[in-house]
Amino acid sequence: MIEAKGLVKRFGAVTAVRDVTFRAEDGRITGLLGPNGAGKSTTLRILSTVLQPSAGSAWIDGVSVAAEPLETRRRIGVLPHGAGVYPHLTARENIQYFGELHGLSKTERERRAGELVGRLGMDEFADRPAKGFSQGERLKTALARALIHDPRNVLLDEPTNGLDVMAVRSLRSLLADLRAEGRCILFSSHVMQEVVALCNDVVVIAAGTVVARGTPDELRGLAARSDLEDAFVQLVGGEQR
Amino acid sequence: MTPILTVMRKEIRETVRDRRSFLASLLFGPLLVPATFALLIALTMRHDIAQTDAPLEVAVSHSDRAPNLMARLSEQGVTLIRTQLDDAGAREAVRTGRFKAVLLIPAAYGRQMRSAGPAPLRLYADSSDVSTQRDTTRLRLLLAQYGSTLARLRLMVRGVDPLLLNAVAVEDVDVATAADRSVVVLGMLTVLIVLTMLMAGLHLAIDATAGERERGSLEPLLTVPAPREQLIYGKILAACAFMLLTLSLTITALAAVLHFAGLERLGMTVNLGPASVLAAIACCAPLAPLGAAFMTIVAAYTRSYREAQTYVGLALLVPTVPLMFVGILGLKASGWLMLVPSLGQHFLVTRILRAEPIPPLHLLLSFGMTLVLGALLMWIAGRLYRRESLLG
Repeated sequence: MIEAKGLVKRFGAVTAVRDVTFRAEDGRITGLLGPNGAGKSTTLRILSTVLQPSAGSAWIDGVSVAAEPLETRRRIGVLPHGAGVYPHLTARENIQYFGELHGLSKTERERRAGELVGRLGMDEFADRPAKGFSQGERLKTALARALIHDPRNVLLDEPTNGLDVMAVRSLRSLLADLRAEGRCILFSSHVMQEVVALCNDVVVIAAGTVVARGTPDELRGLAARSDLEDAFVQLVGGEQR
Repeated sequence: MTPILTVMRKEIRETVRDRRSFLASLLFGPLLVPATFALLIALTMRHDIAQTDAPLEVAVSHSDRAPNLMARLSEQGVTLIRTQLDDAGAREAVRTGRFKAVLLIPAAYGRQMRSAGPAPLRLYADSSDVSTQRDTTRLRLLLAQYGSTLARLRLMVRGVDPLLLNAVAVEDVDVATAADRSVVVLGMLTVLIVLTMLMAGLHLAIDATAGERERGSLEPLLTVPAPREQLIYGKILAACAFMLLTLSLTITALAAVLHFAGLERLGMTVNLGPASVLAAIACCAPLAPLGAAFMTIVAAYTRSYREAQTYVGLALLVPTVPLMFVGILGLKASGWLMLVPSLGQHFLVTRILRAEPIPPLHLLLSFGMTLVLGALLMWIAGRLYRRESLLG
């Protein structure tokens, strides 16, 4: 379970996150929806301990993110935006490297990596150097790397960016599987359809502030629109540019 | 397995995996540099030897006016090129490089010689042309010898002891041993050794921050449950491993190359047996963590890999600055100077080359200070890895 309460993040004079409060439950997929520059990535970075909040707090499974960053990191799997892999290592080695950094034994990380390779359909390229990987192959490697320690909470920042239709579909079914296993999934996107297709809960962020929370249906009602895209546009403050 | 070792092993594996650049870095630094160095020494030696042994060629104008002098010069192995040039012609011939030097015998030569007065000789040479200086000096010496012989004969004819001319007798005593002279030549060796060593760690030092960031692997790395400074320590230690490998290769290759270059022919000896090779490697080794941490810190402040390459490239020159002062100020080893990294190593390596005993205090100061500074810079690098602005 992921909880954020009154998160604020300032970079000098710029305030990227003004007021973000939400809760992402276990066994559900929560979507962080908002236009570009709304503060989605910054929020996820605070939750993954990469950034310290200027104010507010966050908890992962009740563990304070700011006070216990190492314990927090054990409980989360993170797929940052544009995640890269090490080009001279194979996909499997990339995955196992993170297993080692998570403190898994050699047999354990080999077993887990093998499982993930099968589950994500990576058999074809698992033992090739990552240098020539396509975007989809790279994403799968980064995703498997984020899941190597079997985290209860999974954070994904714009995971579908730049993927083809097939890759998006297989990612969706993977996220649904992870939800079925009772994990808490939090992912950000600026693509409306994706959020509707996948999420149980939606948190709409605009200009660093949570402007709406609820299920897709609730949000439609909130904005008194039948079309979610219209609802979204209204919630984030009208047509932009 | 601590995160430090995990990161270090992975960095080493990845660097070795990139076979082309790895081999290039091994070949370029440790082998090419000594080879170039040896080539330079060999060329210098050939040049030196060639110049002293080459037959001396002199153009002589109006040689018929001084037959005895010509006979004497020929005896001394001088090749005479007979010409008929006047003053202007001689100047022109030297200036245009047709002749390196022209010896002109004025018309008054014979008359003055017969009357035992100073017989005029005119030597045309270009003092700005360094390549002919050696030849003109040799010619001047031969002419002076001829003059001196004649003068002594004249004194003897008049019943005077020619030794009266030698009021003082100066004897040159050169106290430089052969090993000393070689140290002058090998002085810049420390610079080369330090530079090649730093270059071996450059890529990894940049990769730790700018490289990881540009590749998009930094953020995932920062979400593993390991203290951030341990991640960077692992990277710095991996850089150290390659720097030490390069250091060993460079010094070994230099020793081999200098051995075959035959410095002895120049009157130089270098103390470069296996024991001194090992000692030199050990003396320079403490520079590895210091250099790696230093480059990592410089790279941490840059915004991109390219920018990091530029700045770290410039930073490579920093350790060579103290070494330049040695040459300019003629510094001698002292306890204080041993505290300066790279300078201390320079003095230690010099002593090893000279086969001189090393004061234990000097050894302790150099090792201690370099290692302490290295640890300090590693700590700073660790702190920098905790900064949020690292993500760019």
